[in-house]
Amino acid sequence: MGNYYDKAMECATLNEMESLQSFRLSQTVRRVYENVPFYRDRMIEKGITPDDIKSVADLHKLPFVMKQDLRDTYPYGLFAVPLEDVVRLHASSGTTGKQIVVGYTRNDLEIWNDCAARALVAAGGTKADFMHVSYGYGLFTGGLGVHGGAEKLGMTVIPVSTGNTARQINIIKDFGSTLICCTPSYAMFIAETMRDMGITKDQIKLKAGLFGAEPWTQEMRATLEDMLGLKAYDIYGLTEIIGPGVSFECEEQTGMHICEDHFIPEIIDPDTGEVLPLGEQGELVFTCITKEAFPLLRYRTRDIAVLSRDKCSCGRTLIKMLKPKGRTDDMLIIRGVNVFPSQIETALLSVAGSEPFYHINVDRINNNDTLEIEVEVSEAMFSDTIKSMEDIENTIKAAVESVIGIGAKITMCEPKTLKRFEGKAAHVTDRRKLLD
Amino acid sequence: MLIKQLSVFVENKKGRLSAITDILRQSEIDIRALSVADTKDFGILRLIVNDVDKAYTALKNGECLVSLTDVIAVQITDRPGGLADAMDILSSAEISVEYMYAFISKSDGLASVILRVDDNQKAQNVLSDKFKLLTQAEISA
Ligand SMILES: [Zn+2]
Repeated sequence: MGNYYDKAMECATLNEMESLQSFRLSQTVRRVYENVPFYRDRMIEKGITPDDIKSVADLHKLPFVMKQDLRDTYPYGLFAVPLEDVVRLHASSGTTGKQIVVGYTRNDLEIWNDCAARALVAAGGTKADFMHVSYGYGLFTGGLGVHGGAEKLGMTVIPVSTGNTARQINIIKDFGSTLICCTPSYAMFIAETMRDMGITKDQIKLKAGLFGAEPWTQEMRATLEDMLGLKAYDIYGLTEIIGPGVSFECEEQTGMHICEDHFIPEIIDPDTGEVLPLGEQGELVFTCITKEAFPLLRYRTRDIAVLSRDKCSCGRTLIKMLKPKGRTDDMLIIRGVNVFPSQIETALLSVAGSEPFYHINVDRINNNDTLEIEVEVSEAMFSDTIKSMEDIENTIKAAVESVIGIGAKITMCEPKTLKRFEGKAAHVTDRRKLLD
Repeated sequence: MLIKQLSVFVENKKGRLSAITDILRQSEIDIRALSVADTKDFGILRLIVNDVDKAYTALKNGECLVSLTDVIAVQITDRPGGLADAMDILSSAEISVEYMYAFISKSDGLASVILRVDDNQKAQNVLSDKFKLLTQAEISA
């Protein structure tokens, strides 16, 4: 049994939670119907009115909201309050299309701070901690989201943001950072750089890390925990819903508790839109039931996940989502087989000594899909004989093929030659897209 | 009487080998012997140099993947069959040779062979009766 930030909510009975959700849902639906033409039109199209949504059991009647809807209504088409009540805007990067913008009222920011604070407390955080925030600040929700939660708890916040890794490490060492928050790939980079600088984990005080904004694996967790001497927790969030803190891991580390008193989750079949029973894998959908400025209803995240109400040893009753396996739009279809980059990462890490820096290249040559995985050779993998290097290459090849079910070419690269990303990891180059 | 060989991982990319030799030139390292083993995608550069520590540090600082390997340097008598004799001795002692490469030593102009074997201790014992094994100091001189 650990500490809680908001025990009443985090340990509520299912009955209590569902009646609260039902009340909040019906209120929110009524409000957006009245204030947002987009929702009103969509509901009229489906032949429903706010009176049809009385409880969580009616949730499935509502239409979905897709990312494209956010682009189509850009910038303020989905805002449900007058713009003068909005106190903050955030935006998600427009790498794959037009950017999207979201807004927060003062109360929305409080909700967000509370969600982030729950995550920090679940990771063992208290007001005595020094919170090192290496998420980017700015329009990206990562930095300010965690910052707000940490400040609310009374922690000493160190708002480092991203970049200048050597300086970050000196700050961790000199300021005595006890908690760190960043993307898992950036944490790996920090760990590697620290090793190169000759700084050991005994010289720093980090006890826990909250790593999010991209999917990562159990193997990566073990590597980070070992290299940085901390306990690594997953934290999940997305700009469209609120930012980091939508769900978070407890000490059991078997999935992330969702702040379901604010965000109701569903799992659907991404092809049919059908709601799937608890425990089945599918696309994660969220409905915001407390937000004022930007309350998305049935928003399709494109993240693939599984929900679970299994009893958790931490005492929290909040529903858990198992680590997203990948994103519906990260999924590669190679020779007709569905491949997630995270599966390839798992395979790479299962080979002893292999560190997770890799890049996937997909191409089409003579109408055949080709898959190449570039892997950086680590010191542990390197040997002076060609034979042992080829043995490692073949072991990786076999591990990858056994996980994804199709053949891959493995290319061994010199360390630190593949590009690092401080924001979301982009591990794939799909040249087929350029050909189509 | 083992000597240290530098082993460097090299991607088969234009300019990588010259980048590495450039690092050594900048640090004023003398290369005594060298061999490259390669596959389609990567190679391993093996180097015997006058100053191992300095070369190792320079390559590390140049972000190269480098390791140190213990090898044996055997001076081969200048007569037909000199190398074959050494190989016979190793094979009758059931020592396998992973790789080897030859060089001419600077001081006396005699041919020597760098041997990477699976059992250094045993190889030194059986070879030292009939052959002169070079020391690190002799290589560095
Ligand atoms: Zn738990």
